[in-house]
Amino acid sequence: MAHGAGGKASRRLVEGLFAPLLCADSTGPLTDAAQLSIEGTRFAITTDSFVVKPLRFPGGSIGELAVNGTVNDLAVSGARAEVMAVTYVLEAGLPTEVLEAEVRAMAAAAQRAGVRIVSGDTKVVEHGKADGMYVTTTGIGSMIRGLKIDARSVRPGDKVLLSGPIGDHGITILLSRGELDLEAELCSDTRPVLPLVEALAAAAGPGIRWMRDPTRGGVATSLNELACDCGLGIVIDEEKIPIHDAVRGACELLGLDPLHIANEGQFLAVIAPEYSDAALNALNLLPGGEDARMIGTVCEQPAGAVLAATSYGGSRIVDMLVGDPLPRIC
Amino acid sequence: MKFVDEFRAPELITRTSEEIRRLVDPARHYRFMEVCGGHTHAIYRFGLKDLLPDNVELIHGPGCPVCVLPMGRIDDGLALSQQDNVIFAAFGDMMRVPGTHGSPLEYKARGMDVRIVYSPSDALKLARANLDKHVMFFAIGFETTAPSTALTLMRARAEGIRNFSVFCNHVTIIPAIRAILDSPDMRLDAFIGPGHVSTVIGCRPYEWIAKEERKPIVISGFEPLDMLQSIVMLLRQLQTREAKVENQYKRVVPWEGNRAALKAMAEVFQLRPYFEWRGLGFISQSALRIRDAYAEWDSERRFDVPGVRVTDPKAAQCGEVLKGVLKPHQCKLFGRECTPEHPIGALMVSSEGSCAAYYNYEHRKTAAATMLSQTA
Amino acid sequence: MCLAIPGKIIEISPDNPDSALVDVVSVRRRVDLGLLQDDRPKPGDWVLIHVGFAMSKISEQDANDQMQTLRMLGETEAALQEVKGYGLEEENGSEAASS
Repeated sequence: MAHGAGGKASRRLVEGLFAPLLCADSTGPLTDAAQLSIEGTRFAITTDSFVVKPLRFPGGSIGELAVNGTVNDLAVSGARAEVMAVTYVLEAGLPTEVLEAEVRAMAAAAQRAGVRIVSGDTKVVEHGKADGMYVTTTGIGSMIRGLKIDARSVRPGDKVLLSGPIGDHGITILLSRGELDLEAELCSDTRPVLPLVEALAAAAGPGIRWMRDPTRGGVATSLNELACDCGLGIVIDEEKIPIHDAVRGACELLGLDPLHIANEGQFLAVIAPEYSDAALNALNLLPGGEDARMIGTVCEQPAGAVLAATSYGGSRIVDMLVGDPLPRIC
Repeated sequence: MKFVDEFRAPELITRTSEEIRRLVDPARHYRFMEVCGGHTHAIYRFGLKDLLPDNVELIHGPGCPVCVLPMGRIDDGLALSQQDNVIFAAFGDMMRVPGTHGSPLEYKARGMDVRIVYSPSDALKLARANLDKHVMFFAIGFETTAPSTALTLMRARAEGIRNFSVFCNHVTIIPAIRAILDSPDMRLDAFIGPGHVSTVIGCRPYEWIAKEERKPIVISGFEPLDMLQSIVMLLRQLQTREAKVENQYKRVVPWEGNRAALKAMAEVFQLRPYFEWRGLGFISQSALRIRDAYAEWDSERRFDVPGVRVTDPKAAQCGEVLKGVLKPHQCKLFGRECTPEHPIGALMVSSEGSCAAYYNYEHRKTAAATMLSQTA
Repeated sequence: MCLAIPGKIIEISPDNPDSALVDVVSVRRRVDLGLLQDDRPKPGDWVLIHVGFAMSKISEQDANDQMQTLRMLGETEAALQEVKGYGLEEENGSEAASS
C-alpha cells in the first residue's frame, strides 16, 4: 500500500523493479514524462492512473484529476499536451449518472487544457474491486520551444520556485472522507499548470533547469528526488511557502507536515539566478500565479538532501514521505 | 495562528538564546532530559539544538507512549481484532507500529477492518454507526489522553452502547521518571517537564523530583519560545543551586491540574499492579486498567487475550536509547537494519520516537550549520 | 501524548452543553467539553484541544505575561550593562531579578 503513496517506497518500486526490467536501455534520472523522437520531431509521452476516494470532492473529481494530472506531467517535462488516451476500470454496479458525470468532467477539463481525447477503453470489474472507478490517462505532447529540463543541469545558487499554496488537494480529500470530522472551506487545487509553464518558458526559458509537479508525497518528496538526482542540497525557507489557513489548521490539528501533502495544481521549478526575478514576475502577473514564490536555493550542502531553515537560525532535514501521511496525536 | 505564532517570534527566540548563552557556565556540561515525546519532536522540528551552546545537551526521555508499548501488546490487540466483525480503531500513531506478524496497516492490507480515528469519541461514533460490528479501540497515551478515553467509556455505558470496547494501554508518567532516576547509568542535571500531561495531573506530582532528588524541573510548553524559556529557568535554578518545580506553561497548565479529568480517570481506571514497558522492563503501578464497573467495555475481558510476551531482538538497544543512555545513532541497528521504512523498534516508527526524530531531522545535517550561515 | 492545539469556541451545541464547535485557523471540529465541566468555557474562549477533547482553557493574560517577560530578557541585561558603566554594581555581582 505504501508503494502507491508517492514517497520512498514508490520510488524504490520504480527504480528497483520497473526501470531495470522495462527500460534497461535508458540512462539518466527518472522523469515525469519520456521524450522520444519520431522522424526528427520530438515528443513527450506520459501515463498515469488515478485512484481517489471519494470520486467527487470540493474543487473537482477523478475525471479532472485524470486530465490535469497528465497535462501537468507533460508540462513540467517541457511539453504541451496535444492528445490523450483514456482507460476506465469500472466497478460493476457503478451508477450511470456517476460515470456520465466523470466523462463530462473529463471533456470539460480537456477542453480547458486544450487537449484532445482521441482514444479510450473500458473494463468492468466485480463489485468491491475498484472503489467506483479507476482512470488511466496517457498523454502525448509537443516540446515547448526553448525548454531543456534536466536535473543534472542544476547548479549551486539556483533558485527554487513554487507556483502557489500547498496542501489544498490532499487535505480536501482527507476532509471529504468524513472520517476525521473536520470542516473547512477548502477545495482541491486541480488545474492545468500549462499556461503558467508557458508563461515561465517565455519569460525565463533558458534559465529553467528542472520542473516537477509535487503530487503524492508533496513538495518534500519532489525536492528530495531533485536533491538525489542532482547530488546537491536544497535549502528552503518554510516561512516563504504559501499555505492556506485551512490547510495549516488541519495539519496542526492532525500533526501532519504540509510539505508531505499532495498537490494537483502546482509545480516546482529550479531557475538560474539571473532569470529568477523575471520568472517570478511572469507568474505573479498571471491569474492563478499570484501566490507563486521563491522558496529556496540550491546549495552544495547538505548534498542529496533537503533542509528547511527558520528565520531564527534553526534548521531541520526534510525527508521524503514514508508511506501515506498519517494523523498523529503524540 | 493565535497562541502559536507569537511563541515562534524570531526576535524573541534570538533574545532567549542569547540569555541562555549568558547563563551557562562554560566549564560545565549540562544534561537536561525532556521527558515527553512531543518535546523531542519540537526540538527537531524547530531546529532548537542549533540555538543552544554545545555544553547544553538535551536527552530524550521515555515519554513516547507508542515507543514504550511492548510488541506483545500490539500482537494481542491485533489478535483480538482478527475475529469476525471486529473493527480495529486506533490513532494514526499506531498504524505503522510493527507487531510480530505486521503492523495494523499491514493487517488492513490483508483484509482486516482497520480504521484511523482522531479521537476516542470517533471510535464510539463508529460503534453507533456499525451496530452489526464490534469496535475495539486500541487506547494508548499518558495522562493527557487517558481522561478522554475515560469520558468516552462513561458515555458508552450511559448510552448502553454494547458493541464497543477499549484495549487499554494507558501508562503514567511519574513511574517512568522514577525509573530513569533510579537507573545507575543516568546522570541528569534537570528535567524539562511534560506540558500537556500536566494540564491533567498539575505540577504537584513532580515535587519529589525537586525535594528528594534535588533536580530542578520546569513544566514546559511546546513552542520554540516555551522550550527556550524553560531552559533559561532551569539554568537559573542551577546557577542559584535551587531545585524546585516551576510552571513555564502557565497559560494552559493549572498548578492543581484538571479535577474533572482526574475524576473521570478515577471513575473508570485503576492502576495495574505492574506493566511491562518496552526497554524499561516491568514497572509497578505504572499503567491503567479498566475497573470492574466497566468490565463490559474492557476488550481484555470481553475477549480472550493471547497475552504473549515478545522479547525484542537482542541487538536492538531500544531500552538504552529510551533511557537516554545511548543516542539513537549509537544503537548498532540505527540507519542500517532499523530505519523508518523498516523499523525494528517503536522508537523508529513513532514520529516522536527519538530514533525516528533523529533519523528524519538530523542525521544528514553535518555540514548544514556552516552552509546555513552562507545562505542566510 | 502531546499534540494539543489552541482553538476558539464558536458555539456550544444547544442540545448538548458538553459539545462545542471549535475553530482552529478556519478549520472546524466538534470538541467534547466534558473535561472542563468545573469551569465551562463560553463562545469566544480559547481552549487547548487534544484528541477531540478540550483539556484546559487558555489564559490570554498568562500568555501576555509570558511574552512580556521574554521581551524584557534582553532589556534587563542592557539596563544592567548601562549601570555597570556607572560603577554602581554590588560587590558580589548582581543578576536580573528572576522572572
